[in-house]
Amino acid sequence: MTDVTLLRAARPLGGLPADLLLADGVIAEVGAAGTVDAPDGARVVDAEGLVALPGLVDLHTHLREPGREDAETVLSGSRAAALGGFAAVLAMANTSPVTDTAEAAERVHDLGRAAGLVDVVAVGAVTKGLAGEELAELGLMARSRAGVRVFSDDGRCVADARVMRRALEYVKAFGGVISQHAQEPSLAGPSSCCHEGELSGRLGLPGWPGVAEEVIVARDVMLARHTGSRVHVAHVSTAGSVEVVRWAKAQGIAVTAEVTPHHLLLTTDLLAGYDPTFKVNPPLRPSEDVETLRAALADGTIDAVATDHAPHARHDKEHAFVDAAFGMLGLETALPVVATVMVGTGLLDWAGVARVMSTSPARIAGLDDHGRDLVVGAPATVTLVDPDASVVVDRDASASLSRNNPWHGRTLTGAVRATFLRGRATVLDGALAG
Amino acid sequence: MERHLLSIDDLSVDDITTLFATAAEMHDVQRREVKKLPALRGRTVINLFFEDSTRTRSSFEIAGKWLSADTINITGKGSSTSKGESLRDTVLTIASMGVDALVMRHHASGAAHQVAQWIDAAVINAGDGTHEHPTQALLDAYTLTRRLGSLEGRHVVIVGDLTHSRVFRSNIGCLTRLGARVTVVAPPTLMPSGVAAWSAADGFATSYDLDEVLPTADAVMMLRVQRERMSGGFFPSPREYAVGYGLTRDRLATLGPDVPICHPGPMNRGLEIAADAADAAQSAILEQVSAGVAIRMSVLYHLLAGEAS
Repeated sequence: MTDVTLLRAARPLGGLPADLLLADGVIAEVGAAGTVDAPDGARVVDAEGLVALPGLVDLHTHLREPGREDAETVLSGSRAAALGGFAAVLAMANTSPVTDTAEAAERVHDLGRAAGLVDVVAVGAVTKGLAGEELAELGLMARSRAGVRVFSDDGRCVADARVMRRALEYVKAFGGVISQHAQEPSLAGPSSCCHEGELSGRLGLPGWPGVAEEVIVARDVMLARHTGSRVHVAHVSTAGSVEVVRWAKAQGIAVTAEVTPHHLLLTTDLLAGYDPTFKVNPPLRPSEDVETLRAALADGTIDAVATDHAPHARHDKEHAFVDAAFGMLGLETALPVVATVMVGTGLLDWAGVARVMSTSPARIAGLDDHGRDLVVGAPATVTLVDPDASVVVDRDASASLSRNNPWHGRTLTGAVRATFLRGRATVLDGALAG
Repeated sequence: MERHLLSIDDLSVDDITTLFATAAEMHDVQRREVKKLPALRGRTVINLFFEDSTRTRSSFEIAGKWLSADTINITGKGSSTSKGESLRDTVLTIASMGVDALVMRHHASGAAHQVAQWIDAAVINAGDGTHEHPTQALLDAYTLTRRLGSLEGRHVVIVGDLTHSRVFRSNIGCLTRLGARVTVVAPPTLMPSGVAAWSAADGFATSYDLDEVLPTADAVMMLRVQRERMSGGFFPSPREYAVGYGLTRDRLATLGPDVPICHPGPMNRGLEIAADAADAAQSAILEQVSAGVAIRMSVLYHLLAGEAS
């Protein structure tokens, strides 16, 4: 079944309008606006004024299947991802059971293929059961049908330096990378839920100091240097971590880093009302950190935006603040948030958005078919964005099964209008296609 | 007055003055042979305690009973919360039985604030984690005003585990509002995070040196050191804590004879407070307990009787 689409007058990376013909799963033709003819039976999308980006890639998604299908499934999460402009998502391993075997990774991979809306790429656990002690079967996961390359105990830090060192060494054999949830547990324990500072002091909430992240980032870049391996820092949240990553990159250490949309905009003062919607790990930080994270994303110190989409059933959030689940939704709002805080402020142009939301994450995850330039012969994996659309976020207008949406009621600029995965439309006119 | 009492910040100076005036009347009732007032007849007050507290719970219970409210105690321990029921489901279930006021103690900071958004009944915060304990602050300030008169310009020294103290957090708001000059004293490991910015914004002083501060004190408030802090690495040993931050016999001797000594209880005699200080003539500790009932009667009266009449 050939799905042929002509994108009429789209602006690749925000540049001059061009026609893009998507056929046989690839970009078949690119020409100046109005110059490419639509073949018979082709779908013609009027993309005038829309920005065309390579399909977005999310390095950090929680899909909750298997185990918590009441909060999210691979299918519902895939829908949310496609609506958010994503063509590939990396599904974190902290499901129940944990993705710590080849079979578990293949199951997630196959569920993703069955849903068929985005490439669901399994992340493997670094350690068995996320316990931080024994290495999971990293090599078997890498050799499996799921082709795992990114390993993470996300939700927990690989705190033991020896285990982290061995993991970094071991994945060199197959070009793997360890994505570290940086949280030194002796400085920020399981109940730590509020940035440690004046507000946590006033609210009487257990503090989660930035230094608990920074000491692990510092340790891990030294381990990466020592082992000659590759480390990726998940959800960087502090200016101190940015300094360490910047230094490490200057030394030539193979470190990459991601930042979440929420850490680019939301600040710790939102916790003043004890609303667990804003409870996330790492916690929301003060505005000085937010400013530094934006600048670091703009200058390339931070490589990628990753959502840390973390759906939770309502009853898991309706506890007292310290008892409520950590995490917030992010797939459907990531691009509008980045457009608002990075493009709207002039910190990034659309080519920069393509870099941090597609090209760099695809490269970090080793996804050769993603994050490609929009040129003839490349996979027809494209996201169309209306850069001027102003949207009020409504948590009930979501494909996710969960409603823990911190953006509810906010006005964001920029909206995903269409998503194509290897030529097939998954989203058209801002809604799931057919 | 607000519908709930969640934080000391819910009260204006006028509110506090009104509560103190009513408490004084209630204090007189306490001394009568027949202590019952009909003010809250037919009203239901539930003491929902997710955390053990004999003294606060019985204080609220007596206060409710003397005002003729139907007062019922529910302990959260061993209830459905331990089976994973959400806090919202727990309190909605209780509220649905027909409740006028919910007096709530919870191990989690902010729990009372959250509950107030879910139910219609008046919510009184009887201690939420390490956040606030507003009726404790009211009874402390009430006790001090009975001893000292106006607190305007008076120097109140609060000593102890500030990081984990809801008593300290509510007292700061209450005492500074009433014009007192407050100094908080603790070792650096027991100072709340961000205290430099906080104290600058709210106008109180901090010190690591109790002996430097005590000579100018008009009142001293010693806080309880929780047992679990002793092994938590916050200070090297109970002995060292007592030497540095306890109200010892030697320090008692440096206080003027009219300087009231307060403690919210229960006390660790020999740790944060020496027996001589706890039992000194100037100790206000038992007055605090009786003031507690009067203050809680006053709070219940103003939150519940007002809307009835």
